[in-house]
Amino acid sequence: MQEPQASTGTEHKQTGSGQHTNDFTIHVATVNGSGSQSANNTLLRAIFYMGIPVSGKNLFPSNIQGMPTWFTIRVNKDGYIARSENIDILVAVNAETAHEDVQAVRPGGLVIYDEPLKLDTLRDDLTFYPVPFKKLVTPIVPVAKLRKMVSNIIYVGVLAQLLGIDMQEVEKALHKQFKGKLKAVELNMNAAKVGFDYAQENFQQQKTFTLERMDKTAGKIIIDGNSAGALGSMFAGVSVVTWYPITPSTSVVEKLMHYMQKYRVDAKTGKSTYAILQAEDELAAIGMVIGAGWAGARAMTATSGPGISLMTEFIGLAYFAEVPAVLFDVQRVGPSTGMPTRTQQGDILACATLSHGDTRHILLLPSSPEEVFEMAGDAFDLAEQFQTPVFVMSDLDLGMNNWMADKFSYPDKPLNRGKVLSAEELEKFEDFGRYKDEDGDGIPYRTLPGTKHPKAPYFTRGSGHNIYAHYTEDPEEYSVIMQRLAKKLETARTAVPAPVIEEDENAQIGIIAYGTTHWAVQEMRDRLRAKGTPTSYLRLRAYPFSDEVKAFIARHERVYVIEQNRDGQMLALMRMEYPAEVIARLRSLTVYDGLPVSADTLTRKLEHMEQE
Amino acid sequence: METPKSKPARPAKTNRLGVELTLYKGGKSTLCAGCGHNAISERIVQAFFEMNIDPYQVIKLSGIGCSSKSPAYFLNASHGFNSVHGRMPSIATGALMAQHNLIGIGVSGDGDTASIGIGQFVHLMRRNVPLIYIIEDNGVYGLTKGQFSATADIGSKLKTGIVNEYPPIDTCSLAIELGATFVARSFSGDRKQLSAILKAAIAHKGTAMIDVISPCVTFNDHEGSTRSYSYVQEHEEYFDEVQFVPYFDDITVEYDPGTTIEVTLHDGSRVLLSKMPEDYRPDDRQKALKYLMEGKKRGELLTGIFFVDTDEKNLFDLLHLPDESLAHLPEDRLRPEPAALDEIMEELT
Repeated sequence: MQEPQASTGTEHKQTGSGQHTNDFTIHVATVNGSGSQSANNTLLRAIFYMGIPVSGKNLFPSNIQGMPTWFTIRVNKDGYIARSENIDILVAVNAETAHEDVQAVRPGGLVIYDEPLKLDTLRDDLTFYPVPFKKLVTPIVPVAKLRKMVSNIIYVGVLAQLLGIDMQEVEKALHKQFKGKLKAVELNMNAAKVGFDYAQENFQQQKTFTLERMDKTAGKIIIDGNSAGALGSMFAGVSVVTWYPITPSTSVVEKLMHYMQKYRVDAKTGKSTYAILQAEDELAAIGMVIGAGWAGARAMTATSGPGISLMTEFIGLAYFAEVPAVLFDVQRVGPSTGMPTRTQQGDILACATLSHGDTRHILLLPSSPEEVFEMAGDAFDLAEQFQTPVFVMSDLDLGMNNWMADKFSYPDKPLNRGKVLSAEELEKFEDFGRYKDEDGDGIPYRTLPGTKHPKAPYFTRGSGHNIYAHYTEDPEEYSVIMQRLAKKLETARTAVPAPVIEEDENAQIGIIAYGTTHWAVQEMRDRLRAKGTPTSYLRLRAYPFSDEVKAFIARHERVYVIEQNRDGQMLALMRMEYPAEVIARLRSLTVYDGLPVSADTLTRKLEHMEQE
Repeated sequence: METPKSKPARPAKTNRLGVELTLYKGGKSTLCAGCGHNAISERIVQAFFEMNIDPYQVIKLSGIGCSSKSPAYFLNASHGFNSVHGRMPSIATGALMAQHNLIGIGVSGDGDTASIGIGQFVHLMRRNVPLIYIIEDNGVYGLTKGQFSATADIGSKLKTGIVNEYPPIDTCSLAIELGATFVARSFSGDRKQLSAILKAAIAHKGTAMIDVISPCVTFNDHEGSTRSYSYVQEHEEYFDEVQFVPYFDDITVEYDPGTTIEVTLHDGSRVLLSKMPEDYRPDDRQKALKYLMEGKKRGELLTGIFFVDTDEKNLFDLLHLPDESLAHLPEDRLRPEPAALDEIMEELT
């Protein structure tokens, strides 16, 4: 057995003599559908229970079973949770990819591998730990069918021994993972112990990569963004959910079903205060949302790029006829089918202007599970307040990966149901018009079907209409509606979540980013600051842009707009409304390969662009 | 002030609710004079008025096409929604999920249903959404000036001389196959039959699919067309005779139970079917399909009620909706208590 060598990675902060305490990455290479998810989540959670900041990124194929899958756990005492490109510790149990996987490990790293793979001769700058998984699992799992699933937990035990994870925390994590199913917990805990004991008896203790307890995760939760969206929607009072399954958005509605069954069914009558319906396709899903929104229910759908494309026509109707609708777009890699299990911010431009004709939509841009939760609430309020579709622009990285998050706060505002008139309120209107700008804010008043008053009924249509909702082809009447719709979006600028600005008075460089890019941006900014290049930062949280965005750009010599798409879609939206002198300051920095963006790549790209 | 001396105005015609007929009427039609669709609108006005349905409790919906303009021509006191081509079923399903106590009537056309909308039509039928779904069926696209639709018969000829070579979709057979719980066909020119079927559809709490042959006087009323007034009049055959007895009419109808079948609908109204084949039952899907196919083979245009089943659960039964509509639930029933969030957060630590 070789002694581990110290890493020589440039970005790696080393502690003491080549020791990495609470600062490294574990890369687990397994086969899809083999139960590795449970093992990886247990590992992640056990480290989390030790109080150490940790994040997990699952890199999986569009496949049910049999294709390679990787899970990266980043342990970072400073709280950086963006993807790291470094691999310090490899768990190699997939024969198909093992050789390549070993090549990717940083010098000085550790490799835990399935003994028959005989990987130890591949490199001499790594420490290899062969584990005979099959031999170890057979005696403890009598049922052959279960062996494969349980065998993955063995590497959790091996890692626990090698890195110093408390086995009590592993057990606690298993209880969470298997939701108190004691038999499953016992079986898996046995396997973990077997792994731990095997490592203790056969491997020399290594001191390069170690875990020490901290107190940085107290009061925090682990959750994925899709679950956060489901919870946000439930606490926002959603009552009609129609959808069509599509990766990576599916779990938004599946989690909603789970929580709604528990918290939105009347215990006395057994009746639900909601309706969830799986539609025949995305066209029907959004059609039902619009029908329900028109009739006064809080309605939503969740989808991803291809679904957005299909919903295009209906979104134009909802915009023009002014019907509330909430859409969760959990973005994946496009165009077309693209890479369904990889992440991107590729639907920004499409969603902001979705449908033919002049249309403009409100987008909310969450960067964390906490924000998905809050913005779900904002989305329903804004949709009803502005009588228009609102998009919550999540992505696969946020939606499907497990994130450390603060506990969600209970909403502090009552639901904002917007300008809906009852029969009594209609009495006060001498000359009611469904599409009249009574208040000068571009937002008209609406009535719901079933309102018993002669002024209430109107004919909703996607064809040209005047302020009384009557059919029109009159140029003037049409223009009045279009101008008011534009004004309505102007009003929205001050109602949507404001950007978060971190200004450094010494900075010449400004940075604009949004969504999950935020985490790598913060890490990059710290690195740049350490190197003597301070930056100011504006994190967008919504479209249309508030006035602060333009002012921020104007205050900086050059501003990098960092996003995860090829064409700089957010920058394109800025180009649509800002004058040339503002646009001239903007530079597009894009990363769009489908992997969650890392600080390594961003720093490298920005430094390169600075030299140009 | 002096009261001018004039004849007292004739009291407006009202129904049992005391609602005037004018509230059931619509705007002036912009369809062609003589269009079958206008006759259907008149029957809808009459049926809702005579059934004493509060027009404020009705929603009327449509897709795109000549047919889909017609909701503007009936039920002025009802909220209306003219949606996009072929996708009215989803709008109707959503709207009724939000307010399931409303009565929904959707008007579609043969293009809107059988071509672009066939997917949504299929799924509407299988979900048994309580909705009156009318197809104003003229076998032709009117607004784009006369192309065949998917219900046009083989051999039917356009004005331009083009002959249809593709087999038609029979929406009634399809609806029965898919699980619709009320399936009928009528003719816009047959006031009596259409009125009875419409009233029965209003009383039925499930998807009521009515295919109404409605000749297009401008693009499909010529010789050689199988949707012209004269062709339909010549080839229409009553599958059964439909008589409707509303729940509020306490009248006894004498009929021979050997030859007449009585179906009690959800609101207590009854529909009496007679003169159909002897071995026929209205809730037998297989038989209904058999007779439709045989009629088609003989070149007959069968009309009447082909299928009724009042026992099937509808979508809202399956969704366990509360008595009140979802749209009107107060905040305290929509947003769970803080304790619920605390409990969930605890699970996630």
